[in-house]
Amino acid sequence: MNSNRGSLGGPTQRPSISRFDPGNLLWILPLAFLGLFFFYPLVQIFSLSFARSPGSPLLPIAATLRSQETLHVLGFTFGQAAASTLLTLMVGLPGAYLFGRYAFRGKSALRALSGIPFVLPTVVVAAAFTALLGPRGWINQGLMQFLHLTTPPITFVNTLAAILLAHVFYNTTIVLRMVGDFWSHLDPNLGAAARTLGASRWRAWTNVTLPLLAPAILAAALLVFLFDFTSFGVILLLGGPRFATLEVEIYYQTVSLFNLPTAAVLSLLQLACTLGLTIIYTRLAGRLSRPITLRSARLTQQPLRTWKERFGAGILAAVLLAILVSPLAALGLRSFTRYGSAPRGQAVEQGWTLANYQQLAQNPQSSIFYVPPTAAIRNSLAYASATVFLSLAIGAPAAWALARDGRSRLTRWLDPLLMLPLGTSAVTLGLGFIVALDHPPLDLRASPLLLPIAHTLVAFPFVVRSLAPALASIQPELRQAAAVLGATPRQVLRFIDLPLVGRALLVSAVFAFTISIGEFGATALIARPEYPTVPIAIFRFLSRPGAINFGQAMALSTILMVVTAAGMLAIERMRIAEVGEF
Amino acid sequence: MTHDSFEISQDVVAQFETQQGVDVRFLKAGDAGTALNKAILSKDQPLADVFYGVDNTFLSRALEEGIFEPYRSPLLDVIPQKFQLDPGANALPVDYGDVCVNYDRAFYEQAKLQPPESLADLPDERYRGQLVVENPATSSPGLAFLLATIGVYGEQGYLEYWNALVANDALVVNDWDSAYYGEFTLHGGTRPLVVSYGSSPPAEVYFAETPLDQAPTGVVTADRSCFRQIEFVGILAGTQQRELAQAWVDFMLSTTFQEDMPLNMFVYPVNPNAALPAVFSEYAVIPESTAELSPDSIAAGREGWIEAWTGVVLR
Repeated sequence: MNSNRGSLGGPTQRPSISRFDPGNLLWILPLAFLGLFFFYPLVQIFSLSFARSPGSPLLPIAATLRSQETLHVLGFTFGQAAASTLLTLMVGLPGAYLFGRYAFRGKSALRALSGIPFVLPTVVVAAAFTALLGPRGWINQGLMQFLHLTTPPITFVNTLAAILLAHVFYNTTIVLRMVGDFWSHLDPNLGAAARTLGASRWRAWTNVTLPLLAPAILAAALLVFLFDFTSFGVILLLGGPRFATLEVEIYYQTVSLFNLPTAAVLSLLQLACTLGLTIIYTRLAGRLSRPITLRSARLTQQPLRTWKERFGAGILAAVLLAILVSPLAALGLRSFTRYGSAPRGQAVEQGWTLANYQQLAQNPQSSIFYVPPTAAIRNSLAYASATVFLSLAIGAPAAWALARDGRSRLTRWLDPLLMLPLGTSAVTLGLGFIVALDHPPLDLRASPLLLPIAHTLVAFPFVVRSLAPALASIQPELRQAAAVLGATPRQVLRFIDLPLVGRALLVSAVFAFTISIGEFGATALIARPEYPTVPIAIFRFLSRPGAINFGQAMALSTILMVVTAAGMLAIERMRIAEVGEF
Repeated sequence: MTHDSFEISQDVVAQFETQQGVDVRFLKAGDAGTALNKAILSKDQPLADVFYGVDNTFLSRALEEGIFEPYRSPLLDVIPQKFQLDPGANALPVDYGDVCVNYDRAFYEQAKLQPPESLADLPDERYRGQLVVENPATSSPGLAFLLATIGVYGEQGYLEYWNALVANDALVVNDWDSAYYGEFTLHGGTRPLVVSYGSSPPAEVYFAETPLDQAPTGVVTADRSCFRQIEFVGILAGTQQRELAQAWVDFMLSTTFQEDMPLNMFVYPVNPNAALPAVFSEYAVIPESTAELSPDSIAAGREGWIEAWTGVVLR
C-alpha cells in the first residue's frame, strides 16, 4: 500500500531540493503504524465477526442496513453531531477571534481553562453538569431559593440539550486553538487593505478574512463533528436511555448481546460515514487552501484599546467562562463539600470539608489495586508523554507529506485514511487488538505499550490536522529561495519550516497530551491494573456506593483539572521562550 | 483475567504468592461483559490462566463458547448446591450479591411514609415519582432488576408491571453511577428509591464521612423482590499452568480469600465457613427469597426481553 503508488507522487514543477523527492518516503512511518495497529486489527475482528454469523455473511449486512432501527440511530447520530458542531462553531469562532486578534491580560489563563474540559473523562463531566444543573445542582438550588419554588425548575439530565451542551463544553477548545492560532498569524493588513479599498466591514470579512481562515475552520469543524459523531459517554450518561448513537448501539450489540455480526455492520457503517465526510473535507480543503504569508502573532495582535473593544471582549470572555468554566467550578466546589448522610431531620446536610482529599491518601482495605493520587498522576503523565512523542513522530511526517503534495493523487487517497481512527468504535478496535496482536513478536495484548499506541491513534489525526494547514501555507518560494541560496534540505527544515510551524507543533503537542491524559474508554480496556491512570482511579471510586467514594472521585477529578491546567500553562510558557514567536 | 470491579488485599495475594512461590499478575479487561468477550475472542491464545467475573446472566455465553476447562475443586463440597449452576464444574461460584431497590431512610422518616416492602408496592400512588432504575441494555443492575420483575411476574406479566411503573413516573437512566450519585436523594438527587445492591447499606456505613450507627438506606426485599447475581471463576482452556490455576481457584474458594472479599467488592462469600465482617453482619440485608431465572433462560430471553422492555418503557 505504501510503495506501489509512490511513482505517482506529486507534481514536481517545484524545483526539487534534491533529485530524489523525499515526500513519498514520509508516508512510510505513518502508514506502517496505521496498517499494523489500525487496519490489521480491524480486518481481523471484522472477518471473525462475519464468520460467526450463522448464514451468509451478507445476511446480517442486509438485515441491519434495512432495519428501521438502524436508520433511526444513523439519523440521530448525524443530527446531533451536526447541531453540536454548529453550536460549537458559534461559541468557538468569536472566541478564536478574541484569542487570535487581541493580546490581553489573563489570556493564557483563559486559554488553559478552556482546554480543561477536553481532558475530563465523561463520567466526571456528567458529575460536573449534575453538580451544576442537576435536580439538586447549584443552579436549581439557587433558583428554588430565589423564586421560592418547591421543585427544581430546570430539567437537564436525559435531555437533548444536555448532549449538545456537553459537546460544546468538550470541543470548543478545538475551535479556539486551531482557528485562533491560525488567525493570530493572518496579516490584519489584508482586511484593512480591503476596507481602505472601499469594502464594507462585512465584505472585508466574507471576501478576505473568511476565505483565508476557511482551511482552519474546516479542519476544526471536521474534528469536532467526528468527535460528536462517535460520541459515547456523553450520550449514555447525560442523554439517557432515549438517545442512541451508532457508537452506543455498537456497544450494546457487542457487550450486552455479543451479536458480533450486527456490531460489525454498524461499525463499518460508522467507518463509511467517517470516510465519506473526510473525503468531502479533503476535496474542499484542497480547493480552499492557499499559500499566504504568516505573520508573527506579536505583529498581528493588538491590545484592547477602545471601551467598545473592552466591552466586547468582556462579554465574549464571560460567555466562554459561563459555558466552559462553570461546570468545572461546580465540580471543584463539590469536592470540598460534605453531604452529611446521617438520618436525622434534614435529608441533605451540607458543609465544607477537606476529608475527600485526605481520604485519597488512604487505603483502608490495603487493596492491591489502590493507587495513591501521586502515582496515578505519574502514570498518566508517563502515558501522555509517550503519546505526545509517538503521535508527533507519526503525525508530523504525514502532515508534511500532505502539505508538500496536497494535490497529488496519492495524497488525495491517503489523506482521508488518516482520519479514520477518529471514526472507529473503541469497542470494536479494542476487540480487534485482542484477536490481531496475539503472536510474538507482536503479542502486545498485555503490554504497557498498547495504551500509548491506542491513544496515538486518536491523537495523531489531531496532529496532522493542526500541522498540515500551517505547513501548507508556507510559501514554496521561501523554501526555493533558501535552496537557491545554498541551504541543504536539513537547513530548510531547521530554519524555514520549523520556526514557521513551531506554534502549530506545540498546539498539536497540547492536543496529544490532553487526549491521552483524559482518555478513559480505551484505557479501561487495555490499561495494566498496576499502572492505573487518573481517570481509571476516578472511575474506581465512582463505581462503589458511599459518600466518601463519591467525594474522592470529585477530589481526584479536581486534581486532574489542576494538573492539566498547569501542564497547558507550562506549554504556553514554553512557546514564548522558544520557537513560538517568530 | 478479570473485570474492573475486582479487588483484593495485598497481604492476601502475598499469602498465595509465598505459598506457591510465584508472582500473580492480574489483567483487568473492562466491564464484566467486555472482559468476557475478550476472553472468548482470545480463547485460542488465552491471555491468562484463570478468568474470574462471569455472572449468572452471562454464564451461558461463557459455557457455550467453551472458554473454560472443568475443574472439580475439593472445596466445592462445602459450597451450597444452589450456587453451583454449572454441573460440569467449568465455572465455579465465588460470590453472590442481590440487586434490590434501596430506599433513603431519612426521606421516609421525614415524609412520615412507610417505605415500600416489595415490588408490588412500587406502582402505588404513594411512591409516585420516587423510583429511579437503570437501563437493562447498558447496565448490569438494570438487567438484574428487569430479570427480578420477570421472575416475579412471569414473561406474560412483566410488561404490564413496567407499564404501571412508567405510569407512576419511574425514571430510567443508563447506568448505576447516574442513578445512585445523580438521582438518589441520599446523594443530592430527588428520588428516594433506587435500584442498587443489598450490600449498599453496609457500604454506606463503611464509607460514611461521619461514623453512623444506622445505615442511611434500607432495602426492599419481601416477596422475591431482588435478583441474585452469582459470580464464577474458571480455568481458561489451554492454560500452560494447569496446576497453578487449580491452586488459584482453590484459593479463591478458601476462607482466606472469601473473608477478604466482602469489604473489597461488597459481595457475599459462597463459602459458608467464611466469617462476615461486622459491618456486613450488622447492616447487610440478605433476602429470604429471590427471583429465580436459570442462566439458559436468561441467555435465550435476554434480547427479546430488553427489546420488549424498551418498547414499553422508553417509547
